[in-house]
Amino acid sequence: MSASRIVLNEPQQHRFEINRAALVDAAIFREEQERIFERCWLYVGHESEVRAPGDFRTRTVCGRPLILCRDSRNELRVFLNTCRHRGTVVCREAQGNAERYTCFYHGWTYDRDGRLYAVPGQSAYPPNFDRTELGLKEPPRVEAYRGFVFLNFDANAVPLREYLGSAVEYIDLVLDQSPSGRMEMIHGTQEYDIRANWKLLVENSYDDYHLLTTHATWLDYLKSSGVEVKRPEKGHMLPSHGLGKDLGNGHGTTDNVNFRGRPVAAWIPIYGDAAKPELERIRAELVQRLGPERAKRVADTNRNLLIFPNLVLLDGSSVSVRSFQPLAPDRMRVRAGALGPVEETPLARQVRLDSFLTFYGPGGFATPDDIAALEAVQEGLGAYKEVQWSPLTRGMAKQGEQLNTDEAHLRAFWIQWDKLMRAA
Amino acid sequence: MNDVARAEVEDFLYHEAALLDAWRLDEWLALLTDDATYRVPSNDQPESDPKAALFTIADDMRRMRARVARLKDPHAHAESPRSRTRRLISNVRIVERAPLRVEANFVVYRYRGNEDVRTYVGRYRYTLVRQDGGLRIKAREAILDAMELASLGTVSFIL
Repeated sequence: MSASRIVLNEPQQHRFEINRAALVDAAIFREEQERIFERCWLYVGHESEVRAPGDFRTRTVCGRPLILCRDSRNELRVFLNTCRHRGTVVCREAQGNAERYTCFYHGWTYDRDGRLYAVPGQSAYPPNFDRTELGLKEPPRVEAYRGFVFLNFDANAVPLREYLGSAVEYIDLVLDQSPSGRMEMIHGTQEYDIRANWKLLVENSYDDYHLLTTHATWLDYLKSSGVEVKRPEKGHMLPSHGLGKDLGNGHGTTDNVNFRGRPVAAWIPIYGDAAKPELERIRAELVQRLGPERAKRVADTNRNLLIFPNLVLLDGSSVSVRSFQPLAPDRMRVRAGALGPVEETPLARQVRLDSFLTFYGPGGFATPDDIAALEAVQEGLGAYKEVQWSPLTRGMAKQGEQLNTDEAHLRAFWIQWDKLMRAA
Repeated sequence: MNDVARAEVEDFLYHEAALLDAWRLDEWLALLTDDATYRVPSNDQPESDPKAALFTIADDMRRMRARVARLKDPHAHAESPRSRTRRLISNVRIVERAPLRVEANFVVYRYRGNEDVRTYVGRYRYTLVRQDGGLRIKAREAILDAMELASLGTVSFIL
């Protein structure tokens, strides 16, 4: 199956179909690794996860073991976590603070700046052995945008800021929750596997078409707790107006009028009466800092933003930073956490974390049903040779705005995927 | 509570496990006090406070009732058809008597649909109180030993 026959896009005929082999085929999966994951900017972590010289976190991105850390000058660095001698991972802890990284196998030791600091029995190496050339390697490119750290395995990639393009407008909107424009990852990581192709989670993360059916029990929970869930207007499926937007370069987002609670700053009864004045205070600060219009945009709209290919910012019931690593055609590992303003009060932080758990995560009232849906899709795809194509045409015949329950933003993802898979 | 023997605590925990395994969730709710909490911390932050750290589950009684209502609803797709679980509870210890705090080890085997078994291993931390002659749960926390959920996937049933 060649990648050129995966996305069938005929706008004049209102045809847009995905060949299901894209979600099953092992050869396509391997090709994706090279053509997409080794060429695109990939999220590594947030600068707040390492704060002081020597702080580190280990994680895996695109199969590569990495150390996200602060060097001796407190600069943020990313090292490939592999000893230059035999390849052993030199840091085997999930997080901590290290003076040096010592490979336990033969004892090669690296300092915080990645320099090879000591080699036991170095005199046995020939004269051309040069310790200065044997420091920990770094990915070809590491760049950050407002605290979000990305890497690129392609040295010739465009700069991160250019790659993100108009998606930064939506990242900025999330960060406007903070008076200083600075947010931090809160302790506690939700890391879990889904037995489905990673692209199914891309679609699911910002497809609002599934909300009513997949998340019926979550909507019932909101209603029973006193949240007003209005009847949809004519031509709409959801209680409030919402758009699906193609942001270019494969990025996309929903842009919705909020009807659920938001820690910044839309109070719902679930938050409790004690939190009401705090949310009013947060909203007043927003209005004062940003003006009434921008404040309304921050507090009274929500968005699920996809940064192509595998980072999602869910700015809804809370803010979740979710990235996922493909492990096999039918398996991925998801890593998610909560992002909050650095200056948030303990009460506001509590509301943020509690609100997170009502929807998101492996124990939430909604995410487990998403996961069940994706795993049920993957099971159904066992018949991909007999039932080859999935339509993705919602909204295609419409002029003007595309709703969050249409599929223009999903098509934008697949068009970019197809373009990269077919590139020379 | 100096009148509580370990055998009574064990009987109580085994009874709770039987109710959960049988999906008799309303009867399970009746074992909890009105101010009860149920928590599963994030795997990488096992000793945390849900006010300051992200948990997998941090329910008060209101949300536990909502959780049970959800689990009984056929539209809770993650548990429809429901998981079949089997809990083994062991190494039960009374670690404090006022308040009555109990720790125990658990292994929960979970089967769902045609999936392979998923095995949840960890320890429980309970705070129990005496109410109407019997024991009741004021706090229960399930702390998983795995560094990450990984192949365990979700915790959509009551752990």
